[in-house]
Parts: sequence; structure tokens; C-alpha cells
Amino acid sequence: MLSQFLQFLFSGITVGAAYALAALGFTLIYNAPNVINFAQGEVIMLGGMLVFFFMQSGLPMPLAIVLAIAIPALVGIALEKLAIEPARDAEVVTLIIITIGASLVIRGLIQIWLGKGAHSYPAFSGSEPLHIGGATLLPQSLWVLGITALVVVALWYFFSRTLAGKAILATSCNPLAAQLVGIDTQWVLLVSFALSAALGAIGGVLLTPITLTSYDVGIMLGLKGFVAAVVGGLGSGLGAVLGGLLVGVIEAMAAGYISSAYKDAIPFILILFILFFMPRGIFGAKVTERV
Amino acid sequence: MVKHSLLKIATTAAVAVGVSLSAFAADPIKIGSVLSVTGGAAFLGDPELKTLQLYVEKINKEGGVLGRQLQLVHYDDAGDASKANGFAKRLIDDDKVDIIVGGSTTGSTMSMVPLVEKAEIPFISLAGAVVIVEPVKKWVFKTPHTDRMAAEKVFTDMKARNLTKVALLAETSGFGMSGKKETEALAGKMGITLVANETYGPKDTDMTPQLTKIKGAAGVQAIFVFGFGQGPALVNKSYKQLGLSLPLYHAHGVASEEFIKLSGPAAEGVRLPAAALLVAGKLAANDPQKPVVTGYRKTYGDRYKEDVSTFGGHAYDGLMMAVEAFKRAGSTDKAKVRDAIEATKGYIGTGGKVTMSPTDHMGLDQSAFIMLEIKNGDWTIAK
Repeated sequence: MLSQFLQFLFSGITVGAAYALAALGFTLIYNAPNVINFAQGEVIMLGGMLVFFFMQSGLPMPLAIVLAIAIPALVGIALEKLAIEPARDAEVVTLIIITIGASLVIRGLIQIWLGKGAHSYPAFSGSEPLHIGGATLLPQSLWVLGITALVVVALWYFFSRTLAGKAILATSCNPLAAQLVGIDTQWVLLVSFALSAALGAIGGVLLTPITLTSYDVGIMLGLKGFVAAVVGGLGSGLGAVLGGLLVGVIEAMAAGYISSAYKDAIPFILILFILFFMPRGIFGAKVTERV
Repeated sequence: MVKHSLLKIATTAAVAVGVSLSAFAADPIKIGSVLSVTGGAAFLGDPELKTLQLYVEKINKEGGVLGRQLQLVHYDDAGDASKANGFAKRLIDDDKVDIIVGGSTTGSTMSMVPLVEKAEIPFISLAGAVVIVEPVKKWVFKTPHTDRMAAEKVFTDMKARNLTKVALLAETSGFGMSGKKETEALAGKMGITLVANETYGPKDTDMTPQLTKIKGAAGVQAIFVFGFGQGPALVNKSYKQLGLSLPLYHAHGVASEEFIKLSGPAAEGVRLPAAALLVAGKLAANDPQKPVVTGYRKTYGDRYKEDVSTFGGHAYDGLMMAVEAFKRAGSTDKAKVRDAIEATKGYIGTGGKVTMSPTDHMGLDQSAFIMLEIKNGDWTIAK
């Protein structure tokens, strides 16, 4: 019984870590221009697909990974420069629609360039599962969890201890005031998009050996990541991670103990409950809007 | 004067004959097609369209059919059945095609059926489900194997190995759900007990919860997975991760080189039914299908630099059966062509040997499937 429970838990945590990484990207951009970037799922896909592509072209894995993180970051910058910046005076809804358009473009280009098939590459440290209490866990899952933890710590440090991070937070609180005290808000936007794209790509790079990748994996990851970000309270890094893990674990438990047919529905029902009682998510700041 | 006018008449006549001749030669046989080239079912429509284009071109180069060139008129329904209906209308009313070969998905096909039946135009579908030809519709035929045939083949193999308590793991896609329904209906009839019945989503990334549950099911002897695309490869990975040792079977939807590549070592020992096309190189030299499947593999591979899939093969069979029917009917008269398709006897295609009849508009039997086992990262014919 216990081994079964552990197996469901491991499965949930692994899948949940994937959602958590996607949720972190949403959080990061939401913090800057208060935009939900629906192209976030697409940069996750880019990370995995690019590693596959570069390794296939004969590059060693470490170099392929560096490129697969750097290129999506550039894509993030390009998205900001070419699509978001020209529309900076537009409503938030307009900006969100622009990001949806961008996601379609990225997905389409990859589909034409790298085809529609699914791809994978070897796990970082073998695929021999670890046995813990009668359950099994893939070494790659530990990579995902470990790096996710590192990323959370790094982000926390960046936002609370460095000037650049504080400048981003200040811009998200009040762009006009931030500008008045000398923060280059344009630069802040650019950094946010680059960072969140790089983050998403890291997620894609880590996950692909477990989940495989194809041009359309970003849709589901983006959606579940968004849910995780909302559950955690949009804007909170720790919340995003816990939200992701929560959605993943609930899904796995539902599949294991109730019915695999309802496993996608049950987390969403629970999430509705959570949001009903805690409309700002579990870790969302208590904000009062002044009228 | 007389001479002059004679010459004039002669020239006019020559020109007239020339015109009518060229008009006759330029009047092509129109083959209509609605395929899901983009969208969720693109893995079906993409190789199907490539195959149709390639072979229409090839046939035309070799002189066409009945001395006329073939013309392919195709539309992309992007996997949307309601669009397929609109395009079918356009093919019939505006393009006035002579036959329709296509309908990548069962949904698209079924949305086109009423129009085709009403317009009385021969229609060869490339979609899988049994409903297309059961009950028999006068003008509708299909080339692919059905999911029921795949389940039957798997159960026959299981019984030969004394495996009767089976866990079913089906994908929540159209393909998987249709397969699940057929498998459930067939299990009782074939003396198989389904001791577990689980599902997974086509975009799921981890199937260990379902497999853990199956592992705990009382008396389970084998696992049968009904899915398509990357899901089944991930099932293999989860199966390996859990260290399961139950015999693992897949349906015919996964039979591609990519499946082995994606599963890696986790694919070892997996069994599945498939058409001969995938193991062309491994067929006996005297197998009647051998020249057909190796020929198609080579032609397609040379042109597109990618592996053939069973779906492209369905399109090949559809087109060739249409061409043969035109030849046997000696015209493009729709009723005659329909009768000719129904009279197809012993046609050797990529899907198997096809013998149609007024009660069977698919014409394939169990011999169309070969049970394969993956050994050392390659297909072998299971014994």
C-alpha cells in the first residue's frame, strides 16, 4: 500500500515540477508588465526541441543545452522588442492576445522547420530507476526537482537582494513612479522577457528525456503551468512552485486512487474550490485596490 | 480558287481535329480529396497527401489512365469534420470530381458520407473505424484495417500464449476510445477477461500511476495498450521504470520506426500487430506483398527522405484501387466505377490482400496483420 502511495507521489512530483517550471515563467512576466505571457509554453517546447536539434547536428550535449537556453532568451527579447513594445500603450488584454499570436507563430515555425514528430534525447545521468521504499524514481526527476529548487533560490536572491531585481519589482508596482526615480522601465521589460524565456527553456531541456517533446507540447504545459501559477497566487515564485507540485500530485493521486478517466478533471475541480475560498491563490499577496 | 478553298477546308478541319484532340487529351480524370494535412491529425493527412501527389505525378508521367491524365483536387480540413463536409460539397458541386479518395479521420469521413451517397459518387475513405463500412453504404469504401481487427489479432496471440486475464490501457483520443469500445466488446466473445480498464490522455507525460494500479490488479497476466503517437512510447518508459515483467501489447497505431526510437531500450519485447509495410525487408522473398511494399517504401523514401507510415500506405492503396477500377470499368462513369471497386478481387496493396464484395467494402482479413515483436531495437516477426 505504502509503496503504491509513494509511486503515485513520485509520479505527481515529477509531473508537478514540470508545471512548476512553466508557472515560474508566467509569474516572472506577470511581475513586470502585468501581462500573462501565453507564449510561455512555446519557449518550454523550444528548449527541448533545440537540444534535440543541436545534438542531432553533432554538437556535444552541454553546448547544445547552452544554445537551447540562449536562443529562447533571444526569442523572448525579440518578442518584447517587436511585438510588445510597439503596443506598449495598449490594454493588458491586447498584450495578452499578442502573446497568444506569438505562440502560434513560434509553434508553426517549429512545425515547419523540425517536423511534427516527437523527439527525445538521453537522460543526463542514465535511465536506471532508483528504488525507494518499493517505488521507483527516475534520476532525471531528481535533476528536474534539484534545478527547480536552485532556480527558486536564485530568483528569490535576484528579486530581494540585487538592484536590478528590485528595479523590476518597483516597475511592476508602479511603472510611472519607477520611471520617476530613474529606472529604465523599457530595460526592465526586456530583462523580464529574456529571463522568463530562459527559465522556460531550462524547463524544456530538463523535462524532455522524461516526457519527450514535439512542436505542440507547449500547449498543455502552458495551460497547466498557468493553472499552477494561479493556484499559487500570480506573482509569487514560491507559490508557483507549490502550485505546480500540488496540481501534479493531485492529478497522480486521482489517477491512482479514483479513476484515470477523471484525473484531468479532479485537479481543476479542486482548484475551483481553492480559488473560491482564496481568490488570490495560496500565496497571493493581499492587495486592496484603491478606487 | 477551288484548290485554295480546299486547302482552307483542310486546314480548318485539321485545326478542328487538333483542337478536339487536345481537348480530349487535356480533359483529365479528376480525383478529389479532403485530408487533414495540418492540425491534430496531421500525422495522417501529411503522408497521405504526399503519397497521392507523388503517385498521381508518377502515373501521369507513365501515360495516365485510359489515355487521360489524372488531376488531384485536394483540400485540407485541418482535422475538422465540419470543414470536411463543406469541402466535399465543393468537390462534388464545383470541381465535379470523378471519385473521392480521402477523409483522413473517421469524423471527417462520416461527415462526408451523406453528401457522397446523395451525389452517388464513389468514395474511398482512408480512416480506420468500423462504422464507415458497417453497415455497408453503397458508395463508400475504405482501405485501412479496423481497430477490431487489431484487437482480434492481439487476443489471438495472447490466447496462444495462455494469457487470458488482461489489463486494458486506452488513450482518451478518438483512436484510443474507438479501440477501447471494440476491445471491450470483443474480449467476452474471445474468452478474455479484462481485469483492469484504465485510460491516459494523449498529452500525458507519465503513466506510472495507471501502470501501478494495473500491477496491483488481481491475476493480471498481460497488458494491452490502445493508443497512438508518443503516448504509447511513454507507456513503455513508465513500464520499464516500474520494472514490470507482464507481456506488453500495443495496437497497430504505433507501428513506426519513431516508436522504437522514442521508447529506447524500454521497447524490448513489446508486441504489436502491423501491416507488412513496416517490415518490408523482413518478408519472405515469395510473399506477394513484398514487391508492392518495398516499391512503395523506395519511391516514397527517395522523394521525401522520410520513413513511410501505414497511413501513406492507405492512400497508396486507395489511389491504386481507384485507378484499377477506372481501367476495369473502361470509363469514368460513376456507377460503373463503383461496381468495379466493389468487384476488387485479390488486389495486393500495402495493407494486405483486398477482396471486396457487396457485403464487405473493406475486403481485408486477419492475414493482413503480422504480429511483430521488438528485439534488439528492431522489428522481428513474432512466432
